[in-house]
Amino acid sequence: MSEGPVLSFTLNGRVFSAADGTVPSPAMRLLDLIRLHAGQTGTKEGCGEGECGACAVLVDGELANSCLVPVGQLHGCTVTSIEGLPRNDPLVAAFARAGAAQCGICTPGMVMAARALLDRDPHPTLEAVREALAGNLCRCTGYVRIHAAVLDAAAGEGTAGGGAS
Amino acid sequence: MSGRGAVGAPVVRKDAAAKILGEARYVDDLSCPGMLHGATVRTRSAGGTVERIEFGPGVDWSSFVVVTASDIPGVNATQMIELDQPVLASGRYRHAGEPVVLLAHADRRLLREAVAAVRLHERPNPSPVFSIDDALALRGEVCPGNVYRDYRMERGDLAAGEAVADVVFEGRFETGSQEHVYIEPQGMLAQIDAAGVLVVEGSMQCPYYVLGTLTAVTGRDPGSVRVVQCTTGGGFGGKEEYPSHIAAHAALLSLRAGGRPVKLVYDRAEDMLATPKRHPSRTLVRIGARRDGRLAFLDVDFALDGGAYTTLSPVVLSRGVIHAPGPYACPHARVRGRAVATNHPPNGAFRGFGAPQSIFAIEQAMDGLARALGMTPLELRRVNLLRPGDRSVPGQPIDETTDFDAVLDQALYESDYLARREAFAAFNAGNAAAGLPLRRGIGLATFHHGAGFTGNGEVVLASMAKVRADRRGQVEVVASSSEMGQGNTTSLCQVVADALGVPLERVTQARVDTHDVPDSGPTVASRTCMVVGLILEQAARRLRAELVAKAGLPVEGADEHAFAAACARYLDGHPTLEAEARYEPPASVQWDEVVFEGSPYASYAWASYVAEVEVDLTTCEVALTGFTAVQEVGRVVNPVIAAGQVEGGVVQGIGFALFEKVVWDGNGTMANNRMTNYIIPTSADIPPVRVFFQEQPGGAGPSGAKGLGELPMDGPGPAILSAVNDALGTRIASLPVLPEDVMDALQAASAREAA
Repeated sequence: MSEGPVLSFTLNGRVFSAADGTVPSPAMRLLDLIRLHAGQTGTKEGCGEGECGACAVLVDGELANSCLVPVGQLHGCTVTSIEGLPRNDPLVAAFARAGAAQCGICTPGMVMAARALLDRDPHPTLEAVREALAGNLCRCTGYVRIHAAVLDAAAGEGTAGGGAS
Repeated sequence: MSGRGAVGAPVVRKDAAAKILGEARYVDDLSCPGMLHGATVRTRSAGGTVERIEFGPGVDWSSFVVVTASDIPGVNATQMIELDQPVLASGRYRHAGEPVVLLAHADRRLLREAVAAVRLHERPNPSPVFSIDDALALRGEVCPGNVYRDYRMERGDLAAGEAVADVVFEGRFETGSQEHVYIEPQGMLAQIDAAGVLVVEGSMQCPYYVLGTLTAVTGRDPGSVRVVQCTTGGGFGGKEEYPSHIAAHAALLSLRAGGRPVKLVYDRAEDMLATPKRHPSRTLVRIGARRDGRLAFLDVDFALDGGAYTTLSPVVLSRGVIHAPGPYACPHARVRGRAVATNHPPNGAFRGFGAPQSIFAIEQAMDGLARALGMTPLELRRVNLLRPGDRSVPGQPIDETTDFDAVLDQALYESDYLARREAFAAFNAGNAAAGLPLRRGIGLATFHHGAGFTGNGEVVLASMAKVRADRRGQVEVVASSSEMGQGNTTSLCQVVADALGVPLERVTQARVDTHDVPDSGPTVASRTCMVVGLILEQAARRLRAELVAKAGLPVEGADEHAFAAACARYLDGHPTLEAEARYEPPASVQWDEVVFEGSPYASYAWASYVAEVEVDLTTCEVALTGFTAVQEVGRVVNPVIAAGQVEGGVVQGIGFALFEKVVWDGNGTMANNRMTNYIIPTSADIPPVRVFFQEQPGGAGPSGAKGLGELPMDGPGPAILSAVNDALGTRIASLPVLPEDVMDALQAASAREAA
């Protein structure tokens, strides 16, 4: 029926499509669609070139830097950003307990990277956590408490962090 | 009164959930109807003259808001120590990247095209200066003499010290610049509200600095300018002075646009290009000791590259000078410090504020002196550490609350320093004999860091803070201390909760808004918990005393309901319930800022850090394999936040030592101004960082707390370089150490052996 190219995907359960105008241009960065069009500002822009991971989201469960993804690539995909993460995701409480968020600007992307890891490896080693988060820069924490939080969430419950003696 | 206190408890940060869920609103998350976006056109040459501004063809300039220096209604200078830095350059300028033209438009794409269409006709400065040595040798002139400040701290009689020294070591040490890389780039949103007030909201550490510049630049009175801090995505000093520029720029655009909202947010490349960084340094050290290791004299010539305008360089320099002798007793000392002018963009505040540079030099010099004496680095430090009864080189008496040996002992124990040092030596000998490429090394740094503004700075600031409560007994901390990740919106509430005897849940920090909060001083210098925490503790006690005196609050045994009831009773008869306090430094802090003598800080935090490395001779890569950080910081207000501060500071220090190299282009600006080629440590780069606190009594802050935030930046550089030199037998004397530096040093070492 449609004359133009078909482009449709979901973001946090909501359908965006070229047909109804909710995707203004296939060249638009996914990051801009999320922040400016969907108005969901939990996904952050730290560098605009895929280095810092502050804009990380899940595309069909895979971690992606949304600043590097033109929305034209997303036909049929399911995109989840931090607003689509359940509030009771164990990572949320684990990050809080461990003190894994300081300034917070990297945190949503970091949580999405951790979610991608735990979805594919529910009980990762510390080494696996270190590697899985290596595309997400944090300048505040030194990563120690972020690692602890991810391991804590993986354990389902427990006491991460707690401060050094 | 409510049993267990909040101070000392590992309570969860109050801002945790909002940040983790992405609900916290940073400046770039804000938008308003009719909002314009702002952009900046900058000079490209390393100083010179802007002769003409050409607004090129192909752009409908009538649809743009355009601001140049001639549109500034007030003073064209940021309000810093000197007024030498224009808000917008016109005519002569000093560095590439100076703002000249501001543009605003609703459409960001058109805005980008317009920025590219503005052509600045620049007549470049023919002899720009980019190094400390060139500046001091007057190979080109940035300002008369090329020196912003020249400080001297002299104690004892240098010649007498030289006469009794048996062994002398001399060295030249250098550190490079460092970019803050807060993950949130800088930005501001300015508009005029319905009441005619200019409101500027954004990412910042020091709202009253921003207010000062805004009133001067706009010519408005302070009542018609309001500065509000948004959630701020990291600062580390980088949002101390530059936000005043961006705020002024956004405000000028908004004023020009009749008060319409204008948002000016930098992208990463512009942020790295234009904003201040850590001062590069070069330090010449001559240090002598008696045969038994006791220091006989110390002669330091310390210089910082301040860049093209004065900004904060004088105070960065004074902290560097005061920390230059390290935590060692030395009877005869001379420290000369100069902040030098170059044609780089101005350097500025960065965690540690001059101390990481001078501490690096003294620590490396101590290692060199130990080598010359035939002692170990540990033995030499043991002989000379400041102990109760000593006076530091600046003149501060060391009291009995200081037990630096205990800090050092714990670092040695936790890192197993002595055994590992031996094991590494054996490992290296075995690998060398077997022709294997790996070498291991261990390095030790002992250091202290003074908390709060230097010397009389806190007297001048006379910071004020308030505590207020409503009828329900909900309490607010009212202060200008900005949360930028370091945790004060939790830790200050812990202090106040305990002082009032209410649960922590009852206390929050009010939004930092200059129309509501008093000037508690800037959020810098490891002063927030110690200085602002102390006055808040006093204010809270006053509020409580007021409730006891006038609202029947029981002196003992009142629970939170009794507290709320007393608040309600008080407010039946009074319009507000609040108490304030103003900082008064302890009598012990007496400082002569002319001769640099006295007690420059109310408290010092003490630390010993141990770094372990493994170096591959084939690739020249340095892998950090272990890091132990032991510090004495007085009372720890929140152990999770405190450990997070140390871990984060240590990893910034690791970056400073091993990863982060600012490369300058031919115009003196950062060539690698992207995250792609300016490399900071990632999750996969860091070793286990083990953090330990000692809590000796006597800190000048609330419940005996001391400042903490900057301390961990001081130790990693020297400890890591010492470990590298220990592993390789090299004499590397500068940071950062990249593989190519290791390769050069190995070649130099083999040439030395051959000679």
